[in-house]
Amino acid sequence: MEQPFDLTVIWAGIIGFGIMMYVLMDGFDLGQGILFPFAPNEKARDTMMNSVAPIWDGNETWLVLGGAGLLAAFPLVYSVFLPALYIGVFLLLAGLIFRGIAFEFRFKAKTSKYLWSWSFSVGSIVAAFAQGAVVGTYIQGFKTEGFVYVGGALDWLTPFTVITGLGLVVGYALLGSTWLIMKTEGEVQDWAYKITPKLLVGLMTVFAIVCVYTPFIDEYVKARWFDNLSIIWVLPVLALYCAFVVFSNVRKRKDGMPFVATMGIFLFSYLGLLVSKWPYIVPPKFTIWDAASAYNSQLFLLIGFLFVIPIILAYTSWTYWVFRGKVKEGGYH
Amino acid sequence: MELDPLMLSRIQFAFVVCFHAIFPVFTIGLASTIAGFETLAYKTGDPVWHRLSKFWIQVFAVVFGIGVVSGIVMSFQFGTNWSNFSYATANFLGPVLSYEVITAFFLEASFLGVLLFGRDKVPQGVHLFAAIMVASGTFISSFWILAANSLMQTPDGLELINGMYHVKSWTDSIFNPSFGYRFMHMVVASFLTAALVVAGVSAWFVLQKREFVANRKALSVALWFLLILAPVQAVIGDFHGLNTLKYQPTKVAAMEGNWETSSGVPLLLFAIPDNENQTNHFEVGIPKLASFVLTHDWDGEVPGLKDVPVEEQPPVLIVFWSFRIMVALGLLMIAFAVWGLFLRIKGRYYQSTYFLNGLRLMSLSPFIAVLAGWVVTESGRAPWLIYGQMTHAQGLTPSLTGGMALFTLIGYIVVYSLVFSAGVYYLLKVFRGGVEKANAPHEMEEVERPMRPFSAAHVAIDEEI
Ligand code: HDD
Ligand code: HEM
Ligand code: HEM
Repeated sequence: MEQPFDLTVIWAGIIGFGIMMYVLMDGFDLGQGILFPFAPNEKARDTMMNSVAPIWDGNETWLVLGGAGLLAAFPLVYSVFLPALYIGVFLLLAGLIFRGIAFEFRFKAKTSKYLWSWSFSVGSIVAAFAQGAVVGTYIQGFKTEGFVYVGGALDWLTPFTVITGLGLVVGYALLGSTWLIMKTEGEVQDWAYKITPKLLVGLMTVFAIVCVYTPFIDEYVKARWFDNLSIIWVLPVLALYCAFVVFSNVRKRKDGMPFVATMGIFLFSYLGLLVSKWPYIVPPKFTIWDAASAYNSQLFLLIGFLFVIPIILAYTSWTYWVFRGKVKEGGYH
Repeated sequence: MELDPLMLSRIQFAFVVCFHAIFPVFTIGLASTIAGFETLAYKTGDPVWHRLSKFWIQVFAVVFGIGVVSGIVMSFQFGTNWSNFSYATANFLGPVLSYEVITAFFLEASFLGVLLFGRDKVPQGVHLFAAIMVASGTFISSFWILAANSLMQTPDGLELINGMYHVKSWTDSIFNPSFGYRFMHMVVASFLTAALVVAGVSAWFVLQKREFVANRKALSVALWFLLILAPVQAVIGDFHGLNTLKYQPTKVAAMEGNWETSSGVPLLLFAIPDNENQTNHFEVGIPKLASFVLTHDWDGEVPGLKDVPVEEQPPVLIVFWSFRIMVALGLLMIAFAVWGLFLRIKGRYYQSTYFLNGLRLMSLSPFIAVLAGWVVTESGRAPWLIYGQMTHAQGLTPSLTGGMALFTLIGYIVVYSLVFSAGVYYLLKVFRGGVEKANAPHEMEEVERPMRPFSAAHVAIDEEI
């Protein structure tokens, strides 16, 4: 078929955008679950959960959309990542299920409330860790023969991926705590102010390890950073700057900035990761064009996506608008 | 013993998808039921329809919630356990499954919230419109998913290039030869499911004299639907079978338990098919009837299993008996519909305790029939994943080991049992609350949370001690 546009690049953009949206948005509500066991008291937990209750499942839409979109636009990613991360994917799904169901039932429970709290917390931590391990595995690369994954069941579980897994747990916790700074007041907010710098230090440690380690996994990435493209150094620098902004605004007790700047840390790290690997989508062998589906399939679905993404964005903004402002005890008013 | 990843993956997929199927089948029918109640409320202004709609919306909310959660797992199953299959079919399956998600999302975002929470906030007409849109959304969702499945049964419009199917014609591949029959059969199955559950639950309330007026009306409507739909389903099923005969003769041979291609084949009522010895034990049948049903000719020729090599035969015992369970339940539904009609003529369909208690039991029958039907369809396709083109073994994820498959199989069983027993337990509480509670002030004072299906149900999950 004639190919007037390179749809593969457009799809890479859509999927990349979808993943970013997912990480930022589900990140802060997964963060609530991660921080749950450390919350000062039960009332604080209620407030934390209430602060994300109206929006969390809209946030998760991006994951489902991304999964289905991957199969349609980059089948090779789907058919290599999922077998390679087999156990991890199961943990991710199980975590999300437990967490999702806790949102439904914790509000309806009286005596069994503590069970749903645990379900919420453990589910969130497991899901966040699994996602971090996926990122680590992507950085490490996959063992393939032809177009098929041939590695073992636990290749994805290495010291490095454990670090990225824990890193994302801490990162999401930071998104969660800065979200609380923005959305709550009083006791919960004080607590969030107190833990945020610690989480920030944790996250920056992982950030440093990943930055130092990644270029040494393959020559390709190393060359990108050290030889040909010096402009990209601006990305980690911006990420560091954002970290500094979080820190200074927490000290000044500014409510909104820490959350925005934390999103900045995520955004610039993510972009940094993408430029390291571009255009490899199943490292170390396959580029986005190797992994792409047929032109007419990409086109067929693009129509649907172009229709639905604006609707999702509009609907998302609308919900966030409705639930703007601080959560009071007992929820939004 | 060596663990077989293929067998374990098949069990896992069957478990997960059967689990999922139960819920959408119910929501599709129920969404239309609610749209129906809302229409009646709008047209007649009789508050009884409102009361009923409020109750069934709560049930809908919970079933829908569980359906979504289990559906999310499905969309990853293809990649984890059947990666060769998903890679090969991605050009078709990818867009089609994505369209399912898009549709589901679109309806959820736009109209579900209005249906569940908007009753007092929007004009009645808008609320009715939302109900109709939610119902249409469920059909569009099933449209896509059944197109995907039908393509695996009767592939069409595709071209295999370098190990990957390419779509030559979207219309041929979506509207493939078995799609129309499967879609109709499934839609009617969902309607029957809703009709029988509404009938069963209303019968139970009527027996207890709870909200008598409303529940009697619901019972009456459900019985009318049953009377029309149950026979229609049998007719559609017959056509579906004829289509299968044309495109998947081996599957029909397995459904009939017929080993040798021959004419004047009996319809077996009982038999123990035996793949190993290529024969049936303890046959009891009605002479020539199978030939007649399948070819509309008493001496018509029916294909036999031995036409294909032994390793291309499906597990006959499973297919044979699942088919009989489905058809028997279908006939039982017709019988109940006719019984209901007789009682109605005598004016006492809401008085006969035998009938009402029978209906209570019958509310489980559509679920069993649906699962049995899917087992016929899917096991009857074995060993093919894409009929005639790719086997289960070829579609399996190459790196998958028996240990990995066993781990996740047990994992899913544990997760599903925990989570869904909570879900079903809660659903039963909503049922027990009945129409009264759905219309009473809320038991649980809740934070406003739009779009969360469960929030539409206001019953506590546990008791205060
Ligand atoms: C005939 C109907 C039917 C069948 C056979 C299936 N589903 Fe389904 N599915 C639905 C009908 C449906 C539905 C009624 O449209 C649901 C229930 C709740 C919802 O939102 O849509 C749904 C939900 C649903 C969701 C969640 C969508 C969301 O985010 O709202 C996913 C990902 C899937 N399904 C995927 C699958 C897969 C991969 C299937 C088969 C292997 C499958 N479904 C079989
Ligand atoms: C929701 C309704 C469905 C039910 C209840 C169902 C049920 C089943 C069952 C019982 C099997 C096992 C057959 C066997 O191994 O002997 C199976 C297999 C399979 N089905 Fe379906 N199915 C459904 C829909 C679908 C759809 C929509 C698709 C594809 C788009 C699909 C794809 C498959 C695949 C890939 C297998 C092979 C794996 C296996 O054999 O277990 N199914 N299904
Ligand atoms: C009463 C007579 C019935 C007949 C003759 C009949 C016939 C059939 C046939 C031949 C198939 C297999 C099609 C194939 O795989 O090629 C099938 C599948 C199926 N049946 Fe039935 N059926 C009947 C009743 C019912 C009832 C009452 C229900 C549920 C309420 C039901 C639900 C299903 C489902 C869900 C499937 C699998 C999906 C599909 O392939 O359509 N059937 N039926």
